[in-house]
Amino acid sequence: MTSAMLVSILMTLIAASTPLLLAALGELVAEKSGVLNLGVEGMMLCGAVAGFAVAFSTGSTGIGLVAAAFAGVAASMIFAVLALSLMANQVATGLALTIFGIGASSLIGAGFVGRTITRLQPVFPAALSEHPILRVIFGHDIVVYLSLALVAGVSWFLRRTRPGLILRAVGENDASAHAIGYPVVAIRYAAVAFGGALAGLGGAYFSLALTPMWADRLTAGRGWIALALVVFSAWKPGRLLLGAYLFGAVMTLELQLKAAGVTWLAPEVLAMAPYLATIAVLTMMSLGRRIGRLDAPACLGKPFSAS
Amino acid sequence: MLEWRRRREPSMLMLLASPLIAIGLTMLIGMIVFTAMGYDGFHAVESIFLTPFLEPQRWGDIGVKGAPLVMIALGLAIGFRANVWNIGAEGQYVMGAIAGTGVALLTYDMSGWWILPAMMLAGILGGMAWAAIPAFLRVKLQVSEILTSLMLTYVAVQFLYFLVRGPWKDPGGFNFPQTRMFTADQTLPTVLEGTLVHLGIPAALVLAVIAWLLMEKTTAGYAIKVVGLAPAAARHGGFSAARTTWATMLASGALAGLAGLFEAAGPFGQLTPQFPVGYGFTAIIVAFLGRLNPLGIVFGGIVLAGTYVGGEIAQSTVRLPQAATGLFQATLLFMLLATDVLVRWRIGFKRRAA
Repeated sequence: MTSAMLVSILMTLIAASTPLLLAALGELVAEKSGVLNLGVEGMMLCGAVAGFAVAFSTGSTGIGLVAAAFAGVAASMIFAVLALSLMANQVATGLALTIFGIGASSLIGAGFVGRTITRLQPVFPAALSEHPILRVIFGHDIVVYLSLALVAGVSWFLRRTRPGLILRAVGENDASAHAIGYPVVAIRYAAVAFGGALAGLGGAYFSLALTPMWADRLTAGRGWIALALVVFSAWKPGRLLLGAYLFGAVMTLELQLKAAGVTWLAPEVLAMAPYLATIAVLTMMSLGRRIGRLDAPACLGKPFSAS
Repeated sequence: MLEWRRRREPSMLMLLASPLIAIGLTMLIGMIVFTAMGYDGFHAVESIFLTPFLEPQRWGDIGVKGAPLVMIALGLAIGFRANVWNIGAEGQYVMGAIAGTGVALLTYDMSGWWILPAMMLAGILGGMAWAAIPAFLRVKLQVSEILTSLMLTYVAVQFLYFLVRGPWKDPGGFNFPQTRMFTADQTLPTVLEGTLVHLGIPAALVLAVIAWLLMEKTTAGYAIKVVGLAPAAARHGGFSAARTTWATMLASGALAGLAGLFEAAGPFGQLTPQFPVGYGFTAIIVAFLGRLNPLGIVFGGIVLAGTYVGGEIAQSTVRLPQAATGLFQATLLFMLLATDVLVRWRIGFKRRAA
């Protein structure tokens, strides 16, 4: 393998991993506060379509990204009102959010099918971003660097800051946190909104960077893989980074084999790979749980009411 | 000031009324949203929620769309009752159709009354096999059935694509990715002359009654409810959570598989890449609209089937895009979950302290 090939593979890998990393990191924060939001796929689709529509109309992918984050937050708030204020079943509400996202993105996106935009550009000057080797480090767009900074930021926030400690306390024991006087529901609203913003950004990465063209159901189940990644990470941001890049590698392999014209493996079998890998990873995690401890927040998915 | 007060007992009135309130709110929100988007919102809602039920010639279509929804939702509801979240029914539906089609392709040159029952059996087994994987992983390794059953849906759909583009492609099909058309012995008989109403529709109704009797009148049904409501008490009472998971997953896989076979041997008459139509997901809404009660699910299936038929009407009457149907269905589920709060809580005025 030549170094040019290796560089190209790494570039694809990083790009493919970024939306997963963003969506999963947002969900990790929500779950740390005790909320299981299964609507990641729906929020990603809302972000993807909003990002594309705004970027197409304004000609600015930057404004598109901001719009995508807002769309993700807006979608997550539907979930929050139902699951947190009205104490609806979180599993069912998350599913509803995904069905909603599929419908809404398809309806709004109908007018954009086949339209293209200029994709997100690298941040660094061409001397660095187009350098044959150094572009592995300097050749990415803003979202890639943002996602890495967010991993570090979230990790620091959860482990080293007081608000981070409170957020974890709410997820571990909502009744006690409430008794001490922390606003459990408000904190969970904030965590869900953060998850929505990141899922929206992750979704927009599909429509603004990976395939700068609108197509129905662009995210193809990646939101669900992001949910599995949170389990894989054992709710630790550092391991989430590893997991997201591992999955990026699986998807890159799929693309590479397709590009290399591998014929003995049907393209449909390759397309199954990420989903089969997810099941395999979840199974391995459970096998590992017998040895180590899986640190799921104790109140994950349970409704909370103050009275 | 408004405040919520927890009811001592869940309200029976609200248990029955909340689905109707949810439907009403969905119609209202739909009217507002689609008017805001520049469509004729009033007529859109009328086309989707009323026209299908007011025009008798559409009732057959409602039955055809409703039967698979009811069958799949029956299985899901039994699982949901026991806190078993099979959300991969779409995959089990596809695998049921694939298994049944396998029998159809094997028996292509044969004839006989036994072929269709053999296809049904294969459909049931195909769906069960696909549901057995998440059941096994959940029971033996505590892997969340939510994620595994869903992942397997994507795998099943890709498998379908592989078959219809590859080994199962109709040799006389002008290179279209589809299987042969089924023969007369492999197709569901219609029960009403001159309509599309096939055997699957009475079958869905009979299955609903059986499921109702099972849930309400047998110890097994009682055990499922107890496992869902109070896992600790269930363990104490000797009801096994593992056995409940197996039973509910296999039952819902069987029903989804049979629904898939009915769809393949009924309205489709072959397998094509268009076969996965999302019934497995819509059935989740049907299950909730029916309050996880088998007889309620028949009502839920009729309403959701109506929105499909009505969605097509709204496409021609007010040029509403097809995706709007999905949006209405999601809104309905949101409203159902929102109004559910009325069953357990009472809204009242808070007295100000003097």
